[in-house]
Amino acid sequence: MEKKEKIGVYVCHCGTNIAGIVNVGEVSTWAAENLKDQGVVVSRDYKFMCSSLGQELIQKDIKEQGLTRVVVAACSPHLHEATFRNACKGAGLNPYLCELVSIREQASWVHTDKVAATEKSKALISGGVSRVVYNEPLEPLYVPIHPATLVVGGGIAGIQAALEIADAGFRVYLVEREPSIGGHMAQFDKTFPTLDCSACILTPRMVQAGNHPNITLLTYSEIEKVEGYVGSFTVSIRKRARSIDESTCTGCGICWEKCPKKVVDNVFEAGMGNRKAVYVPFPQAVPKYPVIDRENCTYYIKGTCKACEKFCPTKSINFTQEDEILNVQVGNVILATGYDPFDAHRITQYGYGRLANVFTSLEFERMSNAAGPTGGNILLRDGKTTPKVVGIVHCVGSRDKNYNEYCSAICCMQSLKFAHLVHERTGAEIYNFYIDIRAPAKGYEEFYHRLLDEGTHFVRGKVAEISDAVRLPGEEGKLIIQVEDTLTATQLRVPVDMAILSVGLEPRRDAKAVAKQFGISCSADGWLIERHPKLDPVATVTEGIYIAGCVQGPKDIPASVVQGAAAAARILGKIQQKEIALEPIRASINEEQCSGCRICNNMCPFNAILFHEDKMVSEVNPALCQGCGTCVAACPAGAISGTGFSNMQILSQIEGLMLLNIKSPKETVPA
Amino acid sequence: MKEYAYFPGCSLEKMAVSYHLSALETTKKLGIKLKELEDWNCCGATTYFYIDELLAYTLCARNLAIAEKTGLDIVAPCSACYKNMYFTAAHLKKDVDLAEHVNFALEEDDLHYNGGVNIKHLMEVFAQDVSAEEIKAQVTHPLEGIRVAPYYGCQIVRPQKEKEDVEQPQFFEGILSAIGATPVNYPLKMRCCGGSLIISSRTAALGMVRNLLQCAVDAQATVIATACPMCQVNLECYQQQVNQEFGTNFSFPVLYFTQLIGLAFGIPQKKLGIGKEFISIAPSLLRAGQSND
Repeated sequence: MEKKEKIGVYVCHCGTNIAGIVNVGEVSTWAAENLKDQGVVVSRDYKFMCSSLGQELIQKDIKEQGLTRVVVAACSPHLHEATFRNACKGAGLNPYLCELVSIREQASWVHTDKVAATEKSKALISGGVSRVVYNEPLEPLYVPIHPATLVVGGGIAGIQAALEIADAGFRVYLVEREPSIGGHMAQFDKTFPTLDCSACILTPRMVQAGNHPNITLLTYSEIEKVEGYVGSFTVSIRKRARSIDESTCTGCGICWEKCPKKVVDNVFEAGMGNRKAVYVPFPQAVPKYPVIDRENCTYYIKGTCKACEKFCPTKSINFTQEDEILNVQVGNVILATGYDPFDAHRITQYGYGRLANVFTSLEFERMSNAAGPTGGNILLRDGKTTPKVVGIVHCVGSRDKNYNEYCSAICCMQSLKFAHLVHERTGAEIYNFYIDIRAPAKGYEEFYHRLLDEGTHFVRGKVAEISDAVRLPGEEGKLIIQVEDTLTATQLRVPVDMAILSVGLEPRRDAKAVAKQFGISCSADGWLIERHPKLDPVATVTEGIYIAGCVQGPKDIPASVVQGAAAAARILGKIQQKEIALEPIRASINEEQCSGCRICNNMCPFNAILFHEDKMVSEVNPALCQGCGTCVAACPAGAISGTGFSNMQILSQIEGLMLLNIKSPKETVPA
Repeated sequence: MKEYAYFPGCSLEKMAVSYHLSALETTKKLGIKLKELEDWNCCGATTYFYIDELLAYTLCARNLAIAEKTGLDIVAPCSACYKNMYFTAAHLKKDVDLAEHVNFALEEDDLHYNGGVNIKHLMEVFAQDVSAEEIKAQVTHPLEGIRVAPYYGCQIVRPQKEKEDVEQPQFFEGILSAIGATPVNYPLKMRCCGGSLIISSRTAALGMVRNLLQCAVDAQATVIATACPMCQVNLECYQQQVNQEFGTNFSFPVLYFTQLIGLAFGIPQKKLGIGKEFISIAPSLLRAGQSND
């Protein structure tokens, strides 16, 4: 070994987390004696290394003994690497010269054999010591933050996030796929548990977002391409042709009044009602401009009609309008693309689509909405009959291994709300079929009790089948819900007039594609993954990309609003800093050695490698690179090296792990 | 010409001989050869697996091993045979230890099962291996106006194959439509017929049969079509007892689906085993079939 470093080793007890299994005293003494040749000059153990006293211990040694390297044997680097690096930095040592060795997650927590765990800890520390010698001092990369933000998805989470950022004085591009913002919340009638009108609380926010001088609202638009990195993303947005001139349209409504073509509205009205070929999804839509649905418009099909153009008082109809591509610069992105409801057709035994009076929750929302297709009257599919008995089936598609294993979080409360609305408007007898009632938030349990007082029946059991097969007297013309009441262990056949399937929430059908576009990942279920499920729920592993609302997992309106605001706050903090420090763990390509084979170009999950056609070499963009090391391993010429993960570091760590540097390994390695 | 290893099973030799005859006749028309498996043995039926699992697996595996030698897919017309063989093949694939035990026993007979046999129910042949167009091409006497209750029974889609719909499948209806009949909405089409429950719990079993019959009556069907000898027996032969037990008045014809296909193909009734049933089939059905020989 050429260099002679002065290394300090610090072994943490972590209370009894480590010390309960690993003999930390023995490990510390062993390191002092046996790793002397590698440069260890001091080795200590301490109850809580991460405490300020523990950190001071390290800092004192750095200053007094002139340590040039530090190895901390404690928990996983995920938890406290930053803590100890900062401690070293505080004492004047480059933070990247500190190496964390995990003897908790990788030794004490996973083993029961104390002797073996102690020996393993020694080997892990030996590896860390061998490696740290080759650690290079690194400096973080600083990149400027563009103050504008892109918010994808104009539901309540996206609206909230956009308003927070815009109110703080920064530009927001709010992009929404549908012709209006508002999302699912705009479709609902009432909100649980307070029963305030969904539109009444939502539409002021929509108007605010639509009028805000700092918000550029791009509806009927989709993201085409995302390039760049935290602080400076370039986003291409396809603004689909509305066939309406927005500069002159007043939203007067004459066009959709005159349009002769009726279309079943499968989006906003969930198939329960119609709209015209030129339409706004609902009266309070923001923006107020309609859209011509070219797939259904008679003019685009047959070449004649143009009724809208004839009657438009401001000549705003433009049949030849084309899609526009807008390129915008933003520093950060919030994805708030929401959810899709579970497709109830998939559970064939519940008869949705086969039995007329089986409804989905979204259909019921529209039916109970005063502005909806039945004017708020709860009616059977014939459009005339008020049901006398209504069954509400919980957990449709949720908590079920055949469909989605997770709980969709909102369906219990949604079902209770439905039960209340049915009770209030029809006086019908109501059955709720539930697995468990989950009412954990503020005012929710009280709402459940209110429903119990209203006389709603609650049957604990998962519905086996909804059928029209009559078996007993009294079942004629009814839907029969077959269920086991698990509280009394009895099979029940409950005849009802109407069944409402409280369907669960699913990731958007294109969630995976969106995640890929923005360089983040989905869980196995398809929800976008946050950086930390508890401590960092709105950030993602890709710097500058945040998530809010149901795109991260099923949640109710208050939780979506909270996440929207939280993501906005995180971004405002970044904007205020004006620049961001990036972890300097990066790959770099040696131009001399690069053969230009481009194998690494497609391997990079962050699209961080660009190819210079002129020089025929690849180059890593350090601001985009996340230091994953994929390209390093893939390069056939060995031209790519990863900072912090050089071959010397890895190989010597392996040597150290195998205790090859120690004189009499046989004595220390258990047989 | 498509060829399959045909496993008739014990029932088709006597009790369900009409199923056997009609299966052979109809497949022949479609250019399919059902080559009876040589020296086959009982599948273990509904009971043997509960008495000695290992021996029951060995019993089934013997048939599979013989079929494997032919290199053909094995076809069973009986749902219970099909289920037993399918289960056995699946378990042998998953459980190496079981496969070793079973093959040890099979060696006595110079046999070995390597896990390479596809197991099909006869209905899968009609629903998947033959297209609806091919069936339609053979129809000379479409069963127009005949309302048929497609009774799948509980075993034909259980175990579930991949993403198959086990609650409301539609392939039986597809076959019936192809021969010109009207498949009715038969909500209990996947329900159990009782199997061998009639032996141990007579009233409960009769109740199950009653529900199935009543459902067919409510659906205004002319005939129930079955795909399993066990279902056929329970639904047809116990109607008298159902009537005694519950004071009902059922006299509802039950036929094998292959018999209906045969009628539509214009195959003489005798060759389809028609005339052997307890409850005579509706004249309208025979008229549609028109094969008054």
